[in-house]
Amino acid sequence: MSANAMAPAVLFRSAVALAGRFPALSGVDLTVDPGEIVVVLGPNGSGKTSLLRTCAGLLSVASGRAEVLGHDLRRERTEVRRVVGLLGHGVALYDELTARENVRFALRGYRLPPSLADPALERLGLVGRLARTEVGRLSAGQRRRAALALLVARAPALWLLDEPHTGLDADARVLLGGLVAEAAQGGGSVLFTSHEPELAEPLADRVVTMVGGRVGDERPGARVPPASVAVPAPGELARPLGGGPFDRGAEHRPEGDRMGSHVA
Amino acid sequence: MWRDAWLVAGKDLRIELRSRVALWQVLPFALLTLVLFAFALGPGPSALRAAAPGLFWLAVLFSTVLAVQRSYAIEDGEGTRDGLRLSGIDPAGIFLGKAAAVALQLLVLQVVLWAGVTLLFGVRVRLPWLAATASVLATIGLASAGVIYGALSARLRVRETLLPLLVLPVLAPVLLAGARAWAGAISGALSEGAGWLRILGPFALVYLVVGVALYGPLQEAT
Repeated sequence: MSANAMAPAVLFRSAVALAGRFPALSGVDLTVDPGEIVVVLGPNGSGKTSLLRTCAGLLSVASGRAEVLGHDLRRERTEVRRVVGLLGHGVALYDELTARENVRFALRGYRLPPSLADPALERLGLVGRLARTEVGRLSAGQRRRAALALLVARAPALWLLDEPHTGLDADARVLLGGLVAEAAQGGGSVLFTSHEPELAEPLADRVVTMVGGRVGDERPGARVPPASVAVPAPGELARPLGGGPFDRGAEHRPEGDRMGSHVA
Repeated sequence: MWRDAWLVAGKDLRIELRSRVALWQVLPFALLTLVLFAFALGPGPSALRAAAPGLFWLAVLFSTVLAVQRSYAIEDGEGTRDGLRLSGIDPAGIFLGKAAAVALQLLVLQVVLWAGVTLLFGVRVRLPWLAATASVLATIGLASAGVIYGALSARLRVRETLLPLLVLPVLAPVLLAGARAWAGAISGALSEGAGWLRILGPFALVYLVVGVALYGPLQEAT
């Protein structure tokens, strides 16, 4: 673990961030502690996505204090990018590469063993032919699973998830909840946005509401304390998918230009 | 940096092999350019032979624009450009990898084009090593400069029209030097042809160095 292990995962004080010349964040005060799960709610345009992109080092900080895992976002954006994992609106996968090739490529970029890809993909239910199918032929939900598999394989110290429930089916949402809880129990922190409080709040230690590019309100989340959570084993997390469309035995047939799946 | 370059070049080439855009669009375009020029110049063999080096490099130049546009179109997927910025891959490695992938495609294209020139224009190269050296140096320069200007225009809506406007004037020295070096290789005039390598070499080196040094800031700014 690095020397920054005890630093807050996110420490923003009056942070102003710019998207080009446009102020995307207008004085954010926020702290996310190690192992904490924080959900960010708010209307469209309130700055939720900008907050995550700033934390990932994709938007420049114009003023205020902004640190991620002990790294100053103004001076150490490269270091920040290496230790955070962002799942944005876009899945950041290459359509012509398979899910497996995409994850292996990204892992090599992060100087991690490509062999981490297969267990992570399996965890997300992308096994067999699905893992070897070009991402452009997968459904939106399957692509999102592939993007999540990269986060699972990397196990970053800070997970940044932008509306992670979007496009996921019920099984995958359960799986996502398990992954988020597991990341936090492993010492990682999770900051995620949502438009679905009923799904997000039970996962979160704290709920933050953004308005007009700044934090407007904070309250405790509804997450069950970790001590009483029975963390599913890696195989267990994939189990809700068993018998479903991601089961190993499923037969997959093209549906238009997407890869559909049907249980044989 | 080299490891990252290898990684990015491998990814770009694999995508290119799958999508076959270079095979089905860039290559036919380049060959069509040669054929149309041959029509325009008429059937006289001497005129075609004299024009062959220039036409060859003009076709390569236009194809470079297409190859560079394709290299950045690969990154147009949802979030892939951000993904690359977040990937921890050295920007210099991204530059070198993209330039290497474009260069390799251009070299393959030149082999096919040269076969076309030989068949259509009846031209024979007397100094193949000179032609090959000129090709390699010119290709490094074309790919490096192309990838730099491609990065400049990558996020713009008008990039398809802007890139040729930006890059073609910059690449004019390569067109001139490449054509003259090849003319020397065809006629067997070593002193005439080899002198142009002194333009192609530094051009390639300058754009390689500029790309390695500036690709990071360029990637952040655009």
